[in-house]
Amino acid sequence: MTTRFTKDHEWVRLDGDIATIGISTYAAEQLGDVVYAELPAIGKSFKQGDDMAVVESAKTASDVYAPISGEIVEANAAIAGENWQIINDEPQAGGWFVKLKASNKTELDALMDEAAYADYVKGL
Amino acid sequence: MSDSEPKKLPLDALWRARTSKFGDFAGYDMPLQFEGLIQEHNWTRTHAGLFDVSHMGPCFFALPKGHGLEGEEAHKKIASLIERLVPADIQGLKPGQVRYTMITNEEGGVLDDLMIARPAEPGAAGDLYIVVNAGCKHEDWALIEAATKGEANLVRADDRCLLALQGPSAEAVARAVISDELGAMGFMQVKRFDAFGRITVTRSGYTGEDGYEILVRAENAHDLAGALLAHPEVKPIGLGARDSLRLEAGLCLYGHDLDPTTSPIEADLAWTIQKRRREAADFPGAKRILREYDLGAARKRVGIRPNDRAPAREGVEIYKDGKKVGVVTSGGFSPILNGPISIGYVDVAHAEPGAGLELIIRGQARAATVTPLPFVPHRYHRPKKGS
Repeated sequence: MTTRFTKDHEWVRLDGDIATIGISTYAAEQLGDVVYAELPAIGKSFKQGDDMAVVESAKTASDVYAPISGEIVEANAAIAGENWQIINDEPQAGGWFVKLKASNKTELDALMDEAAYADYVKGL
Repeated sequence: MSDSEPKKLPLDALWRARTSKFGDFAGYDMPLQFEGLIQEHNWTRTHAGLFDVSHMGPCFFALPKGHGLEGEEAHKKIASLIERLVPADIQGLKPGQVRYTMITNEEGGVLDDLMIARPAEPGAAGDLYIVVNAGCKHEDWALIEAATKGEANLVRADDRCLLALQGPSAEAVARAVISDELGAMGFMQVKRFDAFGRITVTRSGYTGEDGYEILVRAENAHDLAGALLAHPEVKPIGLGARDSLRLEAGLCLYGHDLDPTTSPIEADLAWTIQKRRREAADFPGAKRILREYDLGAARKRVGIRPNDRAPAREGVEIYKDGKKVGVVTSGGFSPILNGPISIGYVDVAHAEPGAGLELIIRGQARAATVTPLPFVPHRYHRPKKGS
């Protein structure tokens, strides 16, 4: 399973039709300690690029955009249970935000792979 | 502010050796964060934080040379000139006393909030030490000069460094590093010291903690900041934590909680307008400000605690029973209370502590409660009267 990244620092990993989505390690570091996050309701559908979730640090509030289109099938129970620390501790693993049933897997092709994203972040 | 590159602080290299997180604030390239906003915040509340606030607008406002006045008379003269712009009793300042006030406009709104100090030294009679906000300093100085042309001189001191040392360990650190005499200063006092060149020190700050703000010449600033940072109780603190600290302390941020349409009474700053000035009614906007002083304003600045975890930031609308009753002017996360806090303006009918409100966050109404300010108690160093 390869991980793909958006310019807005979301990551997405596809397993069959199910995409797991979160924010990148770089994004988590830039935000600092997360003090609040809001996840979408299960069953809600998003198009690629839609506002999907919100993550807030002491410093600022950031929108999290849907990296690909689809319907939410699961929200991370740890985050829903207000364990936001997990977003800082393991942003690209246990700190995932939602799982979404992808409606158009070819959208992934437009996103960066790990190496391209690492280059992109270096240039910021 | 301007199209040009942001200005570098005189201590730019010192901060860059400790962080890469900088941002443009009021035309200056400022360190925003060092160890982490929450860590820096908590360190300041439990030890001592060092803030570089050299972007602000310190200046000296003085009678022209050869004014021929002495002592009290010289002070009364210079104070009467600045009183044309501010509603505080500046003439009534004792030597070495600092007062918080604001420049008001004819409509009774606030153009800036500032500190005015009467020097302690008899040789400085006829001088005032004034510190205005970074974002307003050019406008403020132009206003002061225009209102007092030929009668006094304004000398900018923003080529110097202004360092704030804040926190419960600030006194012990200042005594160890600068002079034991700093311990004898009370909150809102000013004094000059022959240390690190010649420094002007006020026992003041904008965090709610005890501490000092130190004006030091740029050529001596590196030594002073280095000596302070070498103390184990001191860590550098960025602008991010400065904002969360002042928010917990319930203090106004100009341009957010105060602006040209907001009166000092609405802002709950009536205490800054002393009796002599209220009776004289001789400051800009006196008509509106005194009317509101006597009868109350229609809206009031209050503390607000959201009942759940979602921070309510600047611009969030405040409702009650489906009707808009106010707006949040600053808000964020309180590390000490471990939850969101906001400052906002609400109709007076809903301004009592305990009153329930609704905050419209991303289109959704969320319950919140009016809370007394400050959110976290101030811990200023106020010596008992007579001591």
